Amino acid sequence: MKMSFLSEKKVLSIPPLVYLICLFLIPTIFMIVIAFREPGSYGGVEPIIGHGNNHQIQIYFSLESFKYAFTNLFIWQLFLRSLIFSALTTIICLLIGYPLAFVVARSPRKYRDILLLLVIIPFWSSFLIRVYAWMIILGPQSGVSHAINFVLGILGFAPVDLLYSSFAVVACLVYINLPFMVLPLYANLEKHDIALIEASRDLGATRSEAFWKITMPLSLPGILAGSGLVFIPCIGMFVVPELVGNNCSLMIGNLIKQQFLQTMNWPLGSVTSIIMTLSVLCVSLAVGFMASRLRGLRYARK
Amino acid sequence: MSILEIQNVTKQFADHLIVNNISLSVKKGEFFTLLGPSGCGKTTLLRMIAGLIMPDSGKIILEGQDITNMPPEDRPLHTIFQSYALFPHMTVFENVAFPLKMSKWDKTKINLQVEELLDDVQLTKFAKRYPHELSGGQRQRVAIARSLVDRPKLLLLDEPLSALDANLREHMQIELVKLQEETGITFIYVTHDQQEAMALSSRMAVLNFGEIEQLDLPQVIYTRPKTYFVADFLGKCNLLPAEILSKNGQTLRLLVSEQMEFDTSQDNAEEFSVGQKGYYAIRPEKIYANCKSHECEDLYTQEASVKGYYYYGDSTLYEFLINDKIKVQAMLSNSLNQTVKFFAEGQKVAISFDPQAGDFLAE
Repeated sequence: MKMSFLSEKKVLSIPPLVYLICLFLIPTIFMIVIAFREPGSYGGVEPIIGHGNNHQIQIYFSLESFKYAFTNLFIWQLFLRSLIFSALTTIICLLIGYPLAFVVARSPRKYRDILLLLVIIPFWSSFLIRVYAWMIILGPQSGVSHAINFVLGILGFAPVDLLYSSFAVVACLVYINLPFMVLPLYANLEKHDIALIEASRDLGATRSEAFWKITMPLSLPGILAGSGLVFIPCIGMFVVPELVGNNCSLMIGNLIKQQFLQTMNWPLGSVTSIIMTLSVLCVSLAVGFMASRLRGLRYARK
Repeated sequence: MSILEIQNVTKQFADHLIVNNISLSVKKGEFFTLLGPSGCGKTTLLRMIAGLIMPDSGKIILEGQDITNMPPEDRPLHTIFQSYALFPHMTVFENVAFPLKMSKWDKTKINLQVEELLDDVQLTKFAKRYPHELSGGQRQRVAIARSLVDRPKLLLLDEPLSALDANLREHMQIELVKLQEETGITFIYVTHDQQEAMALSSRMAVLNFGEIEQLDLPQVIYTRPKTYFVADFLGKCNLLPAEILSKNGQTLRLLVSEQMEFDTSQDNAEEFSVGQKGYYAIRPEKIYANCKSHECEDLYTQEASVKGYYYYGDSTLYEFLINDKIKVQAMLSNSLNQTVKFFAEGQKVAISFDPQAGDFLAE
């Protein structure tokens, strides 16, 4: 019986294993190898073994791209901006998503599914369409733009472009990622035992003390999960800055895309990808480490 | 002296009347129990005292102060929840210190007080543990320590022992009574377990459908139940249909199960009228079988046949049939120091009881 169970487990793990090897492991190895090669004259990479100018055999294998990436201020600037945009997006998502998830989790059971559905419904339309919608909302002809510029005019400021700005990038990132913050938070908050809140009130905590001493700490796993789910995809985002951003709001994902599709410098693109992957990995590990430190919280169940 | 007054408190959920115009007063230092089946409103009443829900109408007065609309955190009382509701992200020490932190005690004073309480419930060794690392009985003791740490005027206990196994429950019952006597804090205890209620309480109220059926000392409620519900709910009871044939002062002449006729006197006789129908309630342990001692000579005696029995160890519950029709249960003690002699099924026995041991109850 035990044997058959084990083999069943093995059989079931084949499809994901194949998937991960073909679509994650092999491309990652490609990426790492390409990072050490030299860019080809017309895109792609030079063959590892080729002929030099003097018809000598030459090995095209170098650390040039790494050197370039680490000394180039522009790349660091993009990288830093990606981190700041992602962090900002995560914080704003948390500030909007927490109250939202809290209200849904505390509303009567019969309304919860409907409210949750409202959070998920935007997912039904294409990601691009949702970004285009924001382009209309923030566009120069929109009511929002007019209203804001009107107020700015009264206060004596010059009119601003809402679209094609860092503001538009972060606004879109928040909008697109909000459900990834709300869902794990809701899943956590919904499981809270209401008796704990009652007990804290009974033992002398005011409403707000009960929230900060009980609800908040107990929802930390949800906050961590949601923050990870928002922060990590944000770092590599390139569509949003391209559509609603300007030259000063490009992110690391835009650079990677440019290196592969426009500048045709694959090795530099690979190096930037590696930097990005490693930083995402660091964030994931940090989140995982923090989650493992939350002793007792795993048992915060009804 | 009464510490808590509940005056005409009513609570309705949707169109369900959960607590219906209840008034009662709890004396200072007593162990008061609210007993009733699930859905009788006992927990709702307790939660209204705690301030976790607000009554629709009526007043709750604690030591002369109207606390009806006071938020729970300002009430000088604590609740022990059925699930204990220990904070899972805090250690035992932090849990017990919580009420003191909330009332902004000085840190060194908190440490001293918490250590003393942990010592009282023998949990000093577990101070750094988290609730999920404790056994059910230990969690219970943490909950008790946490609720007593700032010496509340009143402790409310909502079926606190129902999650424990039978042995531990009995042990904790003794602990609770001891604790209540030592601290002198008034306990209001909610339970559906009638034996627990009788064993622990100084006084108790039996609730049904949001109303108090009877409020008295446990032994009075048990021996002199006032209503059919109380007689039926509290312990075992034979409830035989009866009719009042005649009345003479405190004495009622009853026709029971249309067969047995005898006199019984009770102090609430004036509440009933001749011809009124109701029930004659008599506890199984008040009925004897084949009793030969001279004490049984004056008892009302009937011939019956054995229908079956349940052996409980200390006693045996027999089911007898009088005239093949009237079912009567008798609890016979196995106290004699000899092999228990069981009656066989179908065997004819003489059952006897003192009619005074039972009561006529209105329908």
